[in-house]
Amino acid sequence: MSDTQNLTVVQAVRDGLYSEMREDDDVLVLGQDVGKNGGVFRATEGLYDEFGGDRVVDTPLAESGIVGCAVGMAAMGLRPVPEIQFSGFMYPGFDQIVSHMARFRARSRGRFTLPMTLRAPYGGGIRAPEHHSESKEAFYAHEAGLKVAIPSTPYDAKGLLAASIRDPDPVVFLEPKLIYRAFRDEVPEEPYTVPLGEAATRREGDDVAVFTYGAMTRPTLEAAESLAEEGIECEVVDLRTVSPLDREAIVDAFERTGRAAVVHEAPKTGGLAGEITAIIQEEALLYQEAPVKRVTGFDVPYPLYALEDYYLPTAARIEDGILEAVEF
Amino acid sequence: MSVFDRAYDDPVRVIDEDGEVVGDVPDLDDGELVEMYRHMRLARHFDGRAVSLQRQGRMGTYPPLSGQEGAQIGSATALAEDDWIVPSYREHGAALVHGLPLKQTLLYWMGHESGNKAPADVNVFPVAVPIASQVPHATGAAWAAKLRGSDEAFLCYFGDGATSEGDFHEGVNFAGVFDTPTVFFCNNNQWAISVPRERQTRSATLAQKAEAYGIDGVQVDGMDPLAVYGVTTAALEKARDPETDRPRPTLIEAVQYRFGAHTTADDPTVYRDDDEVERWKAKDPIPRLEAYLRSEGILDDERVAEIEAAIEERVADAIDAAEAAARPDPSELFEHAYAELPPELERQYEEFAALRETRGDEAFLEE
Repeated sequence: MSDTQNLTVVQAVRDGLYSEMREDDDVLVLGQDVGKNGGVFRATEGLYDEFGGDRVVDTPLAESGIVGCAVGMAAMGLRPVPEIQFSGFMYPGFDQIVSHMARFRARSRGRFTLPMTLRAPYGGGIRAPEHHSESKEAFYAHEAGLKVAIPSTPYDAKGLLAASIRDPDPVVFLEPKLIYRAFRDEVPEEPYTVPLGEAATRREGDDVAVFTYGAMTRPTLEAAESLAEEGIECEVVDLRTVSPLDREAIVDAFERTGRAAVVHEAPKTGGLAGEITAIIQEEALLYQEAPVKRVTGFDVPYPLYALEDYYLPTAARIEDGILEAVEF
Repeated sequence: MSVFDRAYDDPVRVIDEDGEVVGDVPDLDDGELVEMYRHMRLARHFDGRAVSLQRQGRMGTYPPLSGQEGAQIGSATALAEDDWIVPSYREHGAALVHGLPLKQTLLYWMGHESGNKAPADVNVFPVAVPIASQVPHATGAAWAAKLRGSDEAFLCYFGDGATSEGDFHEGVNFAGVFDTPTVFFCNNNQWAISVPRERQTRSATLAQKAEAYGIDGVQVDGMDPLAVYGVTTAALEKARDPETDRPRPTLIEAVQYRFGAHTTADDPTVYRDDDEVERWKAKDPIPRLEAYLRSEGILDDERVAEIEAAIEERVADAIDAAEAAARPDPSELFEHAYAELPPELERQYEEFAALRETRGDEAFLEE
């Protein structure tokens, strides 16, 4: 058993970058304010001093340049880890993400592959300014050729990031900034991976399966504990990777309960909850005892912070949603 | 020689750091000069209060402007009433000059949607947070004015970092191609958060980027409000004039400095030296203009004291008004997403309203 450190999510991200950069000289970080400043959330703190300006690169303020240059670097065999400062600023780089990052392998019939990991903090709840709080993971999950990982614990943050960096394909790595510093976890000092595409059961229960990921995992567990007091036992599944989804885990949890709710802060329409519901329909229709309940953000622009608490699912909203699935 | 025929690295200057005249003083009467001074003091005072509101938890993240009053007030003073401002997110001072109530600025940074809605008679676009994204809007809006034959000009603000974004280049290029009445005003404050101006471009100046798009480019001392006023006035006049023999669009690079942080979430001591900050503070646009106005006999201690008292009261009133504004009604979440709520959204709204009814607002507000 290796030594562990007691880290927050953002410290674990930083530790994951550090240990992967130590392991592999081809890994480099580039983005806005990632160098001397150590990242606006301190996710790259100390890396500039440790690895120097060629591997921890402050770039001009241009997301398309950041993503596009990372594509070129990755095509030449480096393992770039570009950071976009907030996921709300990924869109100037969106063309590079969907037109190239996602499909260089397919377009070149495997001649070029892109072992790159595009990191960005995402999600709401920190009273941030406009365009700093959205959850648009569905954009990237919709794009063939990309994998999309979203950790909900410090342990997973380091392990999923290492798996993403080592993966032969491009990964969009979305970090729930609401829980960047919310709690600590024992994280091994040694490098390790948490496999992409594998969900984790965070709580076992036989009455209803609740699927979630990222920052919504905590209020979902809170709702589950509250329901347990009323004798309703929830199985809470943290998907950890929203592309590829862990179909087996989804179907297994559903078959044992026959009822489900899906929780995400992203808007409802076109969100991952619809995809998870469809998997249940395809694979486990005959087990189904109630409609799958979606507890999500609303289909409106993410509000300025005075109203953001009304937008985001809370434990109470989640509890009500789960009850609907249970009482149907 | 036109101000637009200067070398790109030869900034226009009117008063030096001591308020001594070193260039052509623009044609402003005493009242207008005092008004410019008053607005700069107002912007500075507002800024200090806003930062302290954030520190006290009475406001969210806020982007300070101290040090940039010369560029903001000098340029916005050059606007005609019908002209438009297309801002980024730091132009509280410029917007104030053009009629945006301070209360609106406060509400926006306090997280109220209503803060993003300028009064109907104030020609200011909504704040644009994504860097450089407003640049093509300014070209398009000016293009619309040109197509309609109206004669207003559009003053678009952005920072040095924005000149690295594709939207900057696309917007300025379109302005050149379609000869739109747009003035692109680059607040080069030397730092894009922690990234210095030298890291944005290998170009010696930002003004010279105009060359690539066939429009006029000029550098101005952005800490000199009179120089900024003069250059912006000339650029706006040219923009409004369909008969001009020069390109109607202009790129102005106003060389300046932000004294404080990028936003209240940032700590600039991590990435820049105190010496540099002190060097730029010696160029502070406010004492510089004050020295000039005193030497001209336009300002004296008594007048300055009156101005100080009046601005303090005005800012305090604006803060009172913003803090007295009721928290937005939660149902506002669903307003203005569309002209009419689509059926699915109507359904979501009803679910939302029902949950508020049965569980109370606590269901949404728990930690």
